[in-house]
Amino acid sequence: MPAEILLEAIDVSRRFGGLLAVDRASLTLARGEVHALIGTNGAGKSTLVNVLAGEIAATGGRVRLAGRDVTRWPQPRRARAGLGRSYQRTTIFPRATVFENCRLAAQAHYQRAFALWSDATRCRDSTRVAEQAIEHAALTAQAHRIAGTLSHGQKRQLEIAMCLATAPDVLLLDEPLAGMGPEETERMLALLASLAPGHAILLVEHDMDAVFRIADRITVMVNGAVMATGEPDAIRANADVQAAYLGEDADARETAASVT
Amino acid sequence: MRKSNGCRVFGRRQPWRALVVPPSMDFTVFLVQCLNAVQYGLLLFLVASGLTLIFGILGVINLAHGSFYMLGAYLAYALAPLVAAYSGGGFFAALGIGIVLSVAFGYVLEWAFVSYLYEREHLQQVLMTYGLILVFEELRSIALGDDVHGVAIPRWLSGSVPLGSVMTYPVYRLFMSGVCVAVALGLYAVVTRTRIGMAIRAGASNREMVQSLGIDIRVLYRIVFAAGVALAVFAGMIAAPVTSVYPGMGNQVLIVSFVVVVIGGIGSIRGALLASLVVGFVDTFGNVFIPQIAGILVYVLMAVILLWRPEGLFRTG
Amino acid sequence: MKLRRLAISIRDSAALRFWPLAVAVIALVAFPHVGGSFYVDLVQTTMILSIFALSLELLVGSTGLVSFGHAAFFGIAAYATTLLSPSASAPSLAWLLPAVLGMAGLAAAVIGAFCLRTRGIYFIMVTLAFAQMTYFVFHDMKFAGGSDGRYLYAKPLLAVDGTTLLDLGNPRTFYYATLGCLVAVYALLALIARSRFGHALAGIRANEQRMRAAGFSTYAYKLAAFTLAGVLAGVAGFLHAVKDGFVNPEILAWHQSGAVLLMLILGGIGTLRGPVLGAFVFVLMKELFQSEALFGAFARHWQLPLGLAIIACVALMPNGVVALPTQLRRMRAPLPHAG
Repeated sequence: MPAEILLEAIDVSRRFGGLLAVDRASLTLARGEVHALIGTNGAGKSTLVNVLAGEIAATGGRVRLAGRDVTRWPQPRRARAGLGRSYQRTTIFPRATVFENCRLAAQAHYQRAFALWSDATRCRDSTRVAEQAIEHAALTAQAHRIAGTLSHGQKRQLEIAMCLATAPDVLLLDEPLAGMGPEETERMLALLASLAPGHAILLVEHDMDAVFRIADRITVMVNGAVMATGEPDAIRANADVQAAYLGEDADARETAASVT
Repeated sequence: MRKSNGCRVFGRRQPWRALVVPPSMDFTVFLVQCLNAVQYGLLLFLVASGLTLIFGILGVINLAHGSFYMLGAYLAYALAPLVAAYSGGGFFAALGIGIVLSVAFGYVLEWAFVSYLYEREHLQQVLMTYGLILVFEELRSIALGDDVHGVAIPRWLSGSVPLGSVMTYPVYRLFMSGVCVAVALGLYAVVTRTRIGMAIRAGASNREMVQSLGIDIRVLYRIVFAAGVALAVFAGMIAAPVTSVYPGMGNQVLIVSFVVVVIGGIGSIRGALLASLVVGFVDTFGNVFIPQIAGILVYVLMAVILLWRPEGLFRTG
Repeated sequence: MKLRRLAISIRDSAALRFWPLAVAVIALVAFPHVGGSFYVDLVQTTMILSIFALSLELLVGSTGLVSFGHAAFFGIAAYATTLLSPSASAPSLAWLLPAVLGMAGLAAAVIGAFCLRTRGIYFIMVTLAFAQMTYFVFHDMKFAGGSDGRYLYAKPLLAVDGTTLLDLGNPRTFYYATLGCLVAVYALLALIARSRFGHALAGIRANEQRMRAAGFSTYAYKLAAFTLAGVLAGVAGFLHAVKDGFVNPEILAWHQSGAVLLMLILGGIGTLRGPVLGAFVFVLMKELFQSEALFGAFARHWQLPLGLAIIACVALMPNGVVALPTQLRRMRAPLPHAG
C-alpha cells in the first residue's frame, strides 16, 4: 500500500540577509514512519523545522501538508490543520498543573472563544483529549502536579503530551531526547515507537544510537543543503555522509591504518 | 505658513530645484526649513541616542530621560550669569561644567538607583522611573521655581548668516547642528574604535561573555548610563536659548525620543540618527504645510513604519 | 473524580473570596447615607478609577500586555460623551452609552491593530506614543475645545414613554449607577477569567510561542482583549464625563496612563481585588500628600512624596497590597530563600 504523504518540503530555502541557512531542501514525511533529520550544528536543521512549522517564512520553495499548499499559512493555522511540534527548549506553562497544560493545548481545537459564561476547566472535549494525551505520554500519576516541579525527563514527556493534545497528524520533534539519561531515553523512545503507526514523525536528534534504532528513514543536512536521504543502513554506508558528518573519525582511522 | 514671494522656480531655469522644492515655496525658504529640520533632528538625536544606548545595553526602560534634558536646560539658565560674566570662555565653561556635573550625577544615579532595575520586569522599571520623573520635577520646582525662562545666546554666536538676497539664518542654530554632528562623530569613533566601545557592543549582545572577559560589567553599565545622561543634559543646555526653559519640556522630548527609538530600532545608534532626521523633517515641514495636524504627524509616521517593520529600521540583538 | 475535586476547590476559594467582597459592596451601598458629601465624592471618583484600573487589568494581568496608553480610551469616551450629547436637552442613555462605548472600542481596535505588531519594550513605547497622539488630537483641534475642554450641558437619563427610569443628574442615582457599573465590570472580568477566552489569554501571557504552536491565533486574541479593555475603559470615561460635566485634554495625558498602571501595581496584578484596592490606595495617597493640613505650604509640591512613595511601593511591594499578607508571612518565616 503506498504510503500516505502527510508533509512535503519542496526545494525549501531560507535566507537571512547574506546567509543561506537552508538551501533548496526537500523531504517527505509519510504516515507511520519516523524520519530523522541529522546534521552538524549550523547545518540548518532547526531553521528547516521552523519553516515547516510556519514560525518563519520560507524565502523559496513550497511546503505541503496533506496535499494542501501551506507555504503562506501562519503557524497557528498549520497547527489547527494537524501539524504539531515540540521544542528543543521546554516550552510549557510552568505555573499550571500538568493537566491544565494539556487541556489548554487541547482547547486549540475547541476554542469557542465567544462562550464567556462557560467554565473552561469543565469543557468536556478539551478535558477528554487532555486525559488521553497524558495517558499516552505516561504522565497520569503526575497529572495534578505543577509543571515547573517536574523532573527534566518528565517535562520533556509533557512537551510531547502537549503536542499530542492537539491531535496532530504530523509531529515535528526538536531534540526530544536532549539532556536525558539512559532510562528516560528508553522511555521516550518507547513512546515515540508507540506514536509512529498513527502519525508522521520528523525527529531532529543528535543522539546517533537512538536515531539509528528508531528511524525508518534518515535525512542528512550539511551547510543548509540535503546531502543524502535514505534508510539507516544506506546512510551509514554512504561515503559522503561519513566524510562530512560521521567523518573526522573515519579519516583518522584511515591515517592510522596507513601508518601501521 | 510661509508665503512664496512670487518667484516660481518651476521650468527650464532651475529644473533640479523643481524636483525637490515644493512649488509654493521659495528656494531660500525651503533651505531655511531644511536647516531647521536638520537642527531639530540632530538635537533629537542627542537625546535619543542616550535613550537607545540605555535601552539597548542596560536593558532598562528609563522614562526619566526627558527629565535630564529639562535639567540641562534649567542648568543652562542657572549658569547664565557665568556666561554673561565671561564672554566667549563663559559659554564653554558652562557647557563643561554641565558635562562634568551630568556625568557625575549619572554615575551616582546608576549606582544608587538604576542598578536595582536590571533584574526587574518592564512594568516595574517603567513605574519606578516614572516616580523618578515626579521627584526630579518637584526638586527642580523647589530649587529653581516653575517659571518659564529665556536663556541668552552668547554674543559671539548671536549673529546671522545671509542666505540668498533676503533671508538670513541664525549662527547659533548652525552652531547647534555643528556641535551635534561633532558629538555624533565622537560617539561613532568611541563605539567603533575604542576598547570601551567594543565592550559596549559586546555587552549589548552578550552580557555574560563580557563579564567572562574580565571586564567589570557594572562599571561598564555605569559609564554607559552616565554617558546617556550627559548626552541628554548637554542637549538641553545647548537647546535652551532656542526653545526657552519651561517645566514641561522634558516630557515632550521624551515621547518624541521614544518614537525615534521605535522607528530606528532599539540599541541602534545608526537607526537613531536616521530616525531623528526623518522625524525632524516630518515635523518641521508638517508645521509649515499642515499646522493643524502637525502635532500628530510624527505618530502617523510611526504607525506607517510599524506596519512595514515592527521592530524598527535597524534593530540589534 | 477529578471534576468533584475541582468543584470542591472552586467552592472553597469562592467562599474565601465571597465574604470580603460582599462586605465591601454593602459598605459602598451604605456609604452615601453615612458619609459627608466630600467623602462620598471621593469614593465616587475612586469607583470610577477602579473601573478604569480593572479594564487595564485585563491587558496587563490577564494577557501580559503592558499598555502605557490606556488613558486614550478613557479620554475618547469622555470626550465622545460631551460631543455626542445635544447642547439643549438631556441625552438618552439608551443610545448615548452604546455609542460612546462603540467609539472607544473602535479606537481601541484600530490602535491595537498597530500596537500589537510589536512586543515587550516596543509595545510599551508605541502605546504611549499613540496615546500622546490622541492627546494632541483633542488638544490641538478646535472641535474638541482645545486646552479649555468641553462641557456636558445635561446629564443623560433613561426614559421610557415619558417616565424617567434613571436620571444620572440625580447625585444619589448616579452614585448607585456607578457602583452598579463597578460590580458589573468586576463580574464580567471574573467570568472571563474562568472562560475559555480567559484561559487562552493566560496561556498567551505564560508562553505565547506554545499557544501558537498549539493552534491559537494569538494576534486575534490579543486584539480582542485590547478592544474589550478599551470598551471597559470607556465605561469609566463616560462616568467621569457625567460626574464632572466637564472634560479637558489632561485626562488623556500620559500621566493618567501612568497613574492607572500604578494603581494596578499598588493593588496587585493578577487579581481583581488588586485594581480596586490599588485605586483606593492611590486616591488616598494623593489626598494625603496634597493635604495642606498635614504639609502646610509644602503641599503644593505633593508630587515629590508621591514620586518617592511610588518608587518605594514598587521596589518593596512589587506584588501589591493584595500580596502583602503572604509577603509578610514569608519575611517572618525562618527560611533562608529570598521572598
